[in-house]
Amino acid sequence: MKIHEYQAKTILSQYGVPVPKGRVAFTVEEAESAAKELGGFVVVKAQIHAGGRGKGGGVKVARTQDDAARHIRAILGMQLVTHQTGPSGQKVQRLLIEEALPIEKEFYLGITLDRATGRNVFMASSEGGMDIEEVAAKTPEKILKETLEPGLGLSAYQARKLAFGIGIPAASVNGAVKAMQLLAKAYEDTDASLAEINPFLLTKDGRTLALDAKINLDDNAMFRHKEFIDLRDLAEEDPLEVEASKFSLNYIKLDGNIACMVNGAGLAMATMDIIKYAGGEPANFLDVGGGASEEQIKNAFRILLSDDAVKAVLINIFGGILRCDILAAGVVNAARELHVAVPIVVRMEGTNVQEGKRILKESGLNFTVAEGMKDAAEKVVAAANGK
Amino acid sequence: MSVLINKNTRLLVQGFTGSQGTFHAQQSIHYGTQVVGGVTPGKGGQKHLDRPVFDTVSQAVQETAANASVIFVPPPFAADGILEAVDAGIEVIVCITEGIPVRDMIPVKRIIDERAASGRKVRLIGPNCPGIITPDECRIGIMPGHIHKKGNVGVVTRSGTLTYEAVGQLTALGIGQSTCIGIGGDPIIGTTHLDSIRLFNEDPDTHVIVMIGEIGGNAEETAAAYIKEHVRKPVVGFIAGQTAPPGRRMGHAGAIISGGSGKASDKMAAMCAAGIHVCDTPAVIGETVKKLL
Repeated sequence: MKIHEYQAKTILSQYGVPVPKGRVAFTVEEAESAAKELGGFVVVKAQIHAGGRGKGGGVKVARTQDDAARHIRAILGMQLVTHQTGPSGQKVQRLLIEEALPIEKEFYLGITLDRATGRNVFMASSEGGMDIEEVAAKTPEKILKETLEPGLGLSAYQARKLAFGIGIPAASVNGAVKAMQLLAKAYEDTDASLAEINPFLLTKDGRTLALDAKINLDDNAMFRHKEFIDLRDLAEEDPLEVEASKFSLNYIKLDGNIACMVNGAGLAMATMDIIKYAGGEPANFLDVGGGASEEQIKNAFRILLSDDAVKAVLINIFGGILRCDILAAGVVNAARELHVAVPIVVRMEGTNVQEGKRILKESGLNFTVAEGMKDAAEKVVAAANGK
Repeated sequence: MSVLINKNTRLLVQGFTGSQGTFHAQQSIHYGTQVVGGVTPGKGGQKHLDRPVFDTVSQAVQETAANASVIFVPPPFAADGILEAVDAGIEVIVCITEGIPVRDMIPVKRIIDERAASGRKVRLIGPNCPGIITPDECRIGIMPGHIHKKGNVGVVTRSGTLTYEAVGQLTALGIGQSTCIGIGGDPIIGTTHLDSIRLFNEDPDTHVIVMIGEIGGNAEETAAAYIKEHVRKPVVGFIAGQTAPPGRRMGHAGAIISGGSGKASDKMAAMCAAGIHVCDTPAVIGETVKKLL
């Protein structure tokens, strides 16, 4: 789960990581009063989940209260486009108003899982404020890494190696070391999958603070973090994806016009791939899971079809535990109840497949039965093109 | 021959009396697997599916000489279930559970790696996987047994139904499998593509290897580098997720393209460079194997 910068900073500051003074604002009035309280010399920061906000015009420094008012009115409510939002951008509905600080130098701190070792790895770089992926690609030697020993967190000596290694001045090293260790602790305690401070700021007077913060939380661990449930911002998510998540359906909206319903994540991805290979564009990723019920299939159908772009549907099910006859019955009922108007191509394989095909055929509905994935993809692409 | 499991494997079911555990234990028994008992804390001494139930794994191992276990325990308790199996001396631990927090798996991975490095026979498959099957001998997991056929193709994949798809194609063409391993879709898993490739490479009865990967991580690249150096058997490959958008979790927690790494195109290029026969679409996995046999 993604959370906003201000929420991440609240978590970090609870762990003792120094952050600039700031307040979240949902309205112009709240934002202006926050700016006033902070003395007018503030940074106005759009709060959306996507990165690249500064380049998109969503982060502005104000010298005066009037300046601040102008930026607040410009940013709040704007459709912010960044390299991560897609061309339509994301509407800004929250602002973070923060004290502006005198910058000496910017660094990068981050922690995430290294899958190759199965351990968490802490990264630090002298190249702060830049896209870290770009640093990794161009100057990988500028990213220093320390692996966390499970149970020990980031040891002080490891943090010292990093702090001196990235060029933090000796007088500020103790503060930086402490911040790094606290960042690592916050990451582990909150079951984060990513925690980043970029930039990690060194001020002219030698203090170190988290100028920006990003935390992604492990969805699988939410059962033990009830305190984070309210941090979810549904406005940042696609409405259809929010709807799907209510029924435990794994749905991701894409830009094409061929909807697909598949059981299993790997097969669902492979189905998208083969649609593309056949010359079509998938409208979504949808995994109904291994044991989808009739109710789930109906809801899945409803969600797929509420995407207006959809011109045809491909159902690709490899029935193992999920029997094909039960699936077929579910699909027939859902199609009847929802009065599905677009062509549906069904490809089924596995347990009780003959019975499943019979149910589809005898339903009198407009199903095209396909044999194998290639045939299914070709048929659904043709159907979407009106052939 | 086969890898890891065969007709002599003695299987325990952790989470035996739950609905999933019951259903799949039944399927495994029906397939001919030696299911020697199960574990459900608090239900020790009872009988379930005509097999003994134990309170702890170590008790169960003492009484039944089990050497493999399959875990159907809910996510909050599954990592503990794996550790209990390791502690009891189980050699092949298959964890089906989906949704285990990554933080819980970090110490599990470390403990298993340490035990294995000090010479103990212990291996974890999964979590979040369909399991492992040696056709006509032993089924551990949730796959439909009847789609498999005994033979000489080793199959390793990260996903469930995509494995069935590949196996289904092979069987339909009359091509059997030595062993099929579903290694799981999570960021931290016990047995990797590389581990599985090594096992198949050493197995004299595996003549062709099918490796199916997906976006995220670089496990396929690592396996490809090994194949280039050490494997002389033909390998057929496929990567799912060529059309997946970056930064999104495609069902599997592990299937996220992040910061330009984990992309399908990079994986396919690495596999081609290693001499692997890479399939453009999942529909041609079976045919591609057939040409190589």
